[in-house]
Amino acid sequence: MKYTEDHEWVLADGDIVTVGITEHAATQLGDVVFIELPEVETMVAKGDEIVVIESVKAASDIVAPLDGEIVEVNDALADTPGMVNEDPLGTAWFFKIKVEDPGALDEYMTEDEYKDHIGE
Amino acid sequence: MADDRTLPLHDLHAELGAKFVPFAGWSMPVQYSAGVMAEHLWCREKAGLFDVSHMGQVLLPPDADTALEGLVPADILGLATGRQRYGLFTNAAGGILDDLMIARRDGDLFLVVNAARADHDIAHLRARIDGVTPVTDRALLALQGPMAEAALAPILPIAAEMRFMDVRVADWAGAEIWLSRSGYTGEDGFEISVPVDRAEGFARALLPNDRVAPIGLGARDSLRLEAGLPLFGQDLGEDTTPVEAGLIWAIGTARRAGGDRAGGFPGADVILEQIARGAPRKRVGLLPQTRAPMRAGVAIFESETATAPTGTVTSGGFGPSLGAPVAMALVAAETPEDAPLFGDVRGKRLPARIASLPFIRPTYKR
Repeated sequence: MKYTEDHEWVLADGDIVTVGITEHAATQLGDVVFIELPEVETMVAKGDEIVVIESVKAASDIVAPLDGEIVEVNDALADTPGMVNEDPLGTAWFFKIKVEDPGALDEYMTEDEYKDHIGE
Repeated sequence: MADDRTLPLHDLHAELGAKFVPFAGWSMPVQYSAGVMAEHLWCREKAGLFDVSHMGQVLLPPDADTALEGLVPADILGLATGRQRYGLFTNAAGGILDDLMIARRDGDLFLVVNAARADHDIAHLRARIDGVTPVTDRALLALQGPMAEAALAPILPIAAEMRFMDVRVADWAGAEIWLSRSGYTGEDGFEISVPVDRAEGFARALLPNDRVAPIGLGARDSLRLEAGLPLFGQDLGEDTTPVEAGLIWAIGTARRAGGDRAGGFPGADVILEQIARGAPRKRVGLLPQTRAPMRAGVAIFESETATAPTGTVTSGGFGPSLGAPVAMALVAAETPEDAPLFGDVRGKRLPARIASLPFIRPTYKR
């Protein structure tokens, strides 16, 4: 698992990369009440805002960490957005991207680097 | 801009796990470790302790009541000693400069105004009234929720004898406490003005009670939103009249057309005319029909294709007690109450319907 500066985690299985948000991000957001996911088969570019996540407090965006095609989204999140607070690194994954270049993940942080990044 | 001011109880909030945010020039606890959702629900079921010391507390001489009626449309001369009333400072165009609480006590009038407007309001009062005294040596706490009386009465027995909008002065271990049975959450409860040097002790006397938990600004906002209570700067402002805001009830009968002291407040011509003939807009409750919250600024349309909006969301978010998004909006007065409406959320027209306010049933002890 690797981590982005936008507090996302990315986990590659071949050319399929699963994306979610970190526990730190979930804590900072507070109670998540609404999630809007992208459509399957959408082509996305790194940096595109493709998920809207709203907590009791505010709305924020989640960006595509890599170029590729959305091949699966976690529909369970639409009905139970609170999963993000309970299990951000597991059952509350957001979407899976089929990427052209899995090597692009290398630029992202390791767990230790991410912990430094958030000051833990 | 100067640094944000810290509350007298800042260290206690930090000890209780608060996260702080800047608000109206103050560093305020937005939530504690429980989080906004849990804090909101706690307050609806038990008793929540809020620090609202950022709000402005002001004393006026008792004979300032007539002059104060020159600034607010509330009936102040008719306000009995020991009672409190909601009021509005209006401007010449009939707009709202701030909302406030006005209490008549033995020997003075006690006002509580919004933090962001305190300096403005004090200058506004001083232009008309002699002896305006800002209270700078008192914290203001609020204990809100159905168990507030049960939690407070053991240390302030007089609490049990008060009803909604009563005010009393009481002694707590040698400290003079200014107490009102009021709040801004839709729940029964109290606002408690405590000398700054005794405020931490007072809060610590309440917190061990297992009915009481500290509640931050985040839940205060969702609680007042569900209770249909307008917030100055969002739902109320200089371009909103009391009639549009649905606050005709805050204009005393004596101050309306045909009353003993009709008019005599800024913008009375506009406001009394609107009471008689209607205002161009109205404040309504709005229930978004999807899970997506409609927050302040969302434009409201009467159809999926209409090009001109019929209104705007003034406050909106998620209502934890309803388990659904809730909002308040200013819409054209002619909008039918049963009209299907649409809010433009990130470029999508999402359905919403008008709902009567409040969204929850208040528990005020009348």
